[in-house]
Amino acid sequence: MNALQMALADGITITKRNALKIRRAPDLLGGVVMLPIIFVLLFAYVFGSMIDLPGISYKEYLLPGIFVQTIVTSAQITGYTLTQDLQKGIFDRFRTLPMAPSAVLTGQTISDLLMNMASIVIMGLVGLLVGWRINSSPGEALLGFLLLVLFAYAFSWVTATVALALRTPEVFNNIATLVSLPMVFLSNAFVDSSRLPGPLQAVAEWNPVSTFVQATRELFGNTNPAMPVPAAWPLQHAVTASLLWSALLLVVFVPLATRLYKRAVSA
Amino acid sequence: MTNAIVAEGLVKKYGTVKALDGLSLAVPEGTVLGLLGPNGAGKTTTVRVLTTLLRPDAGRAVVAGYDVVRDAKRLRSHIGASGQYAAVDDHLTGAENLEMVGRLYHLGTRRSKQRARELLERFDLTEAADRPVRGYSGGMRRRIDLAGALVADPPVLFLDEPTTGLDPRARASLWDIIGELVQGGTTVLLTTQYLEEADRLADRIAVVDHGRVIAQGTADELKDQVGGDRVELTLTSAADLETVRRGLAALATGEPQIDRTALRITIPVANGAASLTTALGYLAAERVAVRDAGLRRPTLDDVFLALTGHEADENTTTTKEKVA
Ligand SMILES: Nc1ncnc2c1ncn2[C@@H]1O[C@H](COP(=O)(O)OP(=O)(O)O)[C@@H](O)[C@H]1O
Ligand SMILES: [Mg+2]
Repeated sequence: MNALQMALADGITITKRNALKIRRAPDLLGGVVMLPIIFVLLFAYVFGSMIDLPGISYKEYLLPGIFVQTIVTSAQITGYTLTQDLQKGIFDRFRTLPMAPSAVLTGQTISDLLMNMASIVIMGLVGLLVGWRINSSPGEALLGFLLLVLFAYAFSWVTATVALALRTPEVFNNIATLVSLPMVFLSNAFVDSSRLPGPLQAVAEWNPVSTFVQATRELFGNTNPAMPVPAAWPLQHAVTASLLWSALLLVVFVPLATRLYKRAVSA
Repeated sequence: MTNAIVAEGLVKKYGTVKALDGLSLAVPEGTVLGLLGPNGAGKTTTVRVLTTLLRPDAGRAVVAGYDVVRDAKRLRSHIGASGQYAAVDDHLTGAENLEMVGRLYHLGTRRSKQRARELLERFDLTEAADRPVRGYSGGMRRRIDLAGALVADPPVLFLDEPTTGLDPRARASLWDIIGELVQGGTTVLLTTQYLEEADRLADRIAVVDHGRVIAQGTADELKDQVGGDRVELTLTSAADLETVRRGLAALATGEPQIDRTALRITIPVANGAASLTTALGYLAAERVAVRDAGLRRPTLDDVFLALTGHEADENTTTTKEKVA
């Protein structure tokens, strides 16, 4: 077996292990199934009923924001699971085995990706039930889903990095909530960023969450003429900017997480 | 005889704490070395260095012919390790845990499944095989973890405190399993805080304290190092303990030990039977009431006390204070 075959085979073994874990762990399974349902229903009805826009369904405009927000939350499972595994001896066992060390993180992020894909499907279905519609071509819609999947995968590596730096589940949870809440709410996910006060508006317009939300809206045909796109470059070229962001996140956080993993397990 | 494990002058520092301070040891092929030491002595750190989990700051170690730093990758196919904290996945069943390890040793799916079943049977876990490990008892977890270390049938095995925290029955069952392994010719390095465990399982014992081997030999050799037999007298009144200590001072070859709660005085003596007679004669003459009297060989507890100046079961904080 050469190094690449080994990395692949071991990656698949770890992916299977994590998939089994997700199926058996009620808290994780709840995250996959319940979180997207609750988020879609809650936000669609709470925010959706408050804001009335002429000639456009606010729910349609809102749903892409909820999709991205759910992904920001559920990608944290990658980090959380890693901190939990760090506290047990399981990584020690892995490291005394003649396996590819990279398999631990690729296996983890890929199984979480499968989970996130399931949660994206559920969100889409619940979205359709509450009145969300796709108004674009099938090709664009497919690209929209792929973009969400890509974002989920890249963001998993971000949470993995944070988790491997912090190392304990409690600290990770606190920090993740502390960072992800403003990330989502200081964006265009739920509000029209142009109505925010000056400095916050700049933050919201350059916030990567806004970029992904805007790109998803465009690809699903959920843009709203009553809310014109701000002039900021990442929002004017949202699809391109989202791809760039994904590439950047992967290029930075894959090696960083890998290095931190090595450091975390060799202490 | 060739050595399956050799360590020379291992040093590992954590800040100002020297977890290993020039530790050296050698384990001939097919034998069991018991690494005996109190909490914080450096046992786990030693095992982590020898199983490639940790790079030493200085010194070298060769296991199964491979340098633990330079040949770490190749070495991993030749060792098995079962840690102080069971390295199993709670949500996976016993069988799934072992199959996963088999696949990561690249045994292939079929062989991995087969090996998992063999080990489950051998470790008396067949009934629990398809239940998630999280429902296992402490003893079962230790067994499944040990089974995980044996998946690839490694010639060298590391067991870090394999029975710590287990009840006596689970401990006895694990001892039987380890005993069988050793019969099969596996070289084992076993760490323990239990003197009884080292005495029972190990061919040779290395006593570690503050990251260094302070004595080694067979259990008998170590016991000989601390001198001859002990006269052990259990009295009925605490007030008599001091009287007896002074009265029998001429008999003692070392400092007598007094246990006030057990009302017991233990005196190291040179010629056992004669000393016991003298002691009993003295007690009768002084009319000291005796509940129990006897002669015993020194235990490893005595060895420990003599070598380190502290009891084997002293807790970590005390040991750390001594390091500082
Ligand atoms: N990761 C670590 N960071 C800091 N100190 C450590 C670490 N691991 C071990 N130590 C210290 O090194 C010493 C030896 O620890 P260890 O090898 O675990 O002892 P043992 O296994 O014999 O109880 C102890 O003083 C312990 O506190
Ligand atoms: Mg230890």
